[in-house]
Amino acid sequence: MLYQKRCLKSVLILTIVGLVITQSGCGDYKSNVESGNLNGTLHWGNGTEPQSLDPHIATGVPEHHIISALMEGLIHKDGETLEPRPGVAESWDISDDGRVYTFFLRKNARWSNGDPHNAHDYVWSWWRALQPALGNLYAYMYFPIANAKAYYEGEINDFNQVGVKALNDYTLQVTLTEPIPYFLQLLDHYSTYPVHRATVEKFGTADQRGTRWTYEGNIVGNGAFQLKEWKINRRITVERNPYYWNADNVKLNQVVFYPTENVTTEERMFRAGQLHYSGIPSDKIEVYKAANDPSLRIQPYLGIYFYRLNVEQPHLKDKRVRRALGMTINRDLLVSQITKGGQIPAYAITPPGTMGYYPESDLTFDPETAKQLLAEAGYPNGEDFPTTEILYNTSEGHRKIAVALQQMWKKHLNIDVTLLNQEWKVYLDTVSNRHYEIARAGWIGDYVDPNNFLDMFLCNGGNNRTNWCNSDYDQLILEQVPKATSHQQRLALFKQAEKLLLDEMPVIPIYVYTSNNLVHPTLKNFGRNILNQANYREMYLEPEKSMEVLD
Amino acid sequence: MLRFIFSRLLQAIPVLLVVISVTFLLIHSAPGGPFSDEKAVPPEVARALEAQYNLDQPLWQQYTSYLTDVLQGDFGPSFKYSGRTVNELIAAGLPVTAELALYAMLVALIIGISAGIFAAIRPNTMQDYIPMSAAMLGICMPSFLLGPILILVFGIQLEWLPISGWGDIPGDKILPAITLGTGYAAYIARLSRGGMLEVLSQDYIRTARAKGLSERLIIFKHALRGGLIPVIAFLGPAFAGLLGGSFVVETIFQIPGLGRFYVTSAFNRDYTMILGMTIFFAGLIIVFNLLSDLIALWLNPKLRHQARGGQQ
Repeated sequence: MLYQKRCLKSVLILTIVGLVITQSGCGDYKSNVESGNLNGTLHWGNGTEPQSLDPHIATGVPEHHIISALMEGLIHKDGETLEPRPGVAESWDISDDGRVYTFFLRKNARWSNGDPHNAHDYVWSWWRALQPALGNLYAYMYFPIANAKAYYEGEINDFNQVGVKALNDYTLQVTLTEPIPYFLQLLDHYSTYPVHRATVEKFGTADQRGTRWTYEGNIVGNGAFQLKEWKINRRITVERNPYYWNADNVKLNQVVFYPTENVTTEERMFRAGQLHYSGIPSDKIEVYKAANDPSLRIQPYLGIYFYRLNVEQPHLKDKRVRRALGMTINRDLLVSQITKGGQIPAYAITPPGTMGYYPESDLTFDPETAKQLLAEAGYPNGEDFPTTEILYNTSEGHRKIAVALQQMWKKHLNIDVTLLNQEWKVYLDTVSNRHYEIARAGWIGDYVDPNNFLDMFLCNGGNNRTNWCNSDYDQLILEQVPKATSHQQRLALFKQAEKLLLDEMPVIPIYVYTSNNLVHPTLKNFGRNILNQANYREMYLEPEKSMEVLD
Repeated sequence: MLRFIFSRLLQAIPVLLVVISVTFLLIHSAPGGPFSDEKAVPPEVARALEAQYNLDQPLWQQYTSYLTDVLQGDFGPSFKYSGRTVNELIAAGLPVTAELALYAMLVALIIGISAGIFAAIRPNTMQDYIPMSAAMLGICMPSFLLGPILILVFGIQLEWLPISGWGDIPGDKILPAITLGTGYAAYIARLSRGGMLEVLSQDYIRTARAKGLSERLIIFKHALRGGLIPVIAFLGPAFAGLLGGSFVVETIFQIPGLGRFYVTSAFNRDYTMILGMTIFFAGLIIVFNLLSDLIALWLNPKLRHQARGGQQ
């Protein structure tokens, strides 16, 4: 018995001693932000644990942030204006017909292990990205390149027929099917980044998913930073890549990405000086605004919040009903009283200002006309209009908007609306199987061009999901736009298509997203752009003056 | 004793099999697959992905091949985290979650037992009511409320303790351990009060008092051993509960443990991850229940006698 007692006692004492020793910190402790400012380490709240760092497999914003630190494309975009700037390609020529791009690569570009980096890397990497077995969800980014789509879909088997050629070690020629003004932008999307062939092949075949080539100690990139450590669910640290062609002008020594998962936790970490950059829960925006906090950054984001209408539902078949629904949403009230995040009321699907494009919309908040339209469609004063269901994925923000719309439609059209929330994957399943009447949706642009929003609603568009199909619309987007001879003509054709879309209204635009973040005042050159792209190679940290004195 | 352990382990096999089968069927019948996304997945990509993870095979075939892998200790690749295996992800999170659970248990034991004894010494007085009301409050207070309150007070207002991370900054383990341990401390307080009250009314305690032993000696030497048996019985399930239920605390304090994987894997429809974690936690619960039974046997001669008698 005595032995048992002693045994229990010693286990207890050992554990307490262990806890006390490991947890007794010395008082002189600096927060991440304070120490980071001094040693050039940026602490970045990064949302979730990345699913992959393979640029041809990854999707999602957290992955994008890390990959853009580790790798670089032929060009990169200016942090503010998004204009193309030389990346691995120091210059390029575009043929007069706008179809042939010739890129001249830097001779001093290197991989992070010191290997030379040249035009053949692109040919091989793009071949890899177009292997269906790899499951690249962004393969369509390559489709402007001649024959890329045909190759991807198995119509041709010879990659030499695809419009990518290495003319010599440092010259890459890309031929497009049509002159596409946004092509250069695609080259700064991670799905078109090159990968280091020897490393990929060391850990598996080129088209094999789930190999370990992107892990700590394995990955070789061509970006301003290289992977230092990847602690699952804890942090990913990248450090300066000495072989980067512009290494002398990279100011940060390290970037630490924290997979925080929960935005409320992330914001608290920011407040406690653990992060230089974080997201902000929407209910905290007002608090930061009231305090006039300079950390709060609200900027327009290339994304649209909208509702899909299933036009196969009998009562939603009539476009007058759909227009009536669209005209009775008081968007100004919604963004000022409900969402409160600086969102911009949207009366068209493409956010205004996308590559100089301003959609022409006749959609307004007009309850009187809406009532007339509904009466003409056979539902005077909303009588006999079946109870309609709004579907949204579980989220307090979506619920508030749905409740507001429910009330607006009741007030202005006298129709009854019920709400249904579903967990994310169930919601996706319901929407893609068209088992809904009205469903909330959002779309974030991958590149700045109206095409990125408008080609969603083609008859066979995978993201259409409304059952709406209009041959005139398809003809405009698929045939007329690519043949446009000038930028202005192209935009005019998009306007025509969007007008058609808004007239038929299979989707109701609600607001243009804003990206809301907290950025520590010591983080400089943060850049503000509508893609919310982070440009780590240009950012730097400037310790606050008072701190320098103290130190 | 060996026979007892062996028979308990044998009983675990059908339990685990049922757990695997039910989980397998449930996750495969949930709408939405691991690769569905807001952006439509092109059919050729969907086919390639399904072929890679054997999702194109009939369900029974997927089930049998999964079972074969599990028998060999292989939980398969994660569907969500490309290139990571479920074994690897469990191995990464387990030490953290186990450490958190251990500290939380320590907090629970120290606070719970002290409060329980304190209350049992003078039952039905203020000395009893106050700690027991506090315990009731502790049971009712969810960790998603307590955690942020502690962070606000000790992390942000007073700036005494770090509010996130695990093992990165000295002191970052204190608030999570308290948050997770408090609910269990409250249970333990009530259990140890009950156990102590029962023991204190026994004849041998009266004898000890009659012999003129000091109250302290009576409580700590004679009563505590018997009085804590209900607490010991609670420890096994409690520890398994701490390991499996740390999700909220891990999320609030940004702790890289298992709990976060468990919940996010369900949202991601990461089939192998959900299955792997469920089997792992089921196994843990079985083992901890067995351990707590063994400790109870070790501490209580009466039970030991019954167990032996039952086997004869």
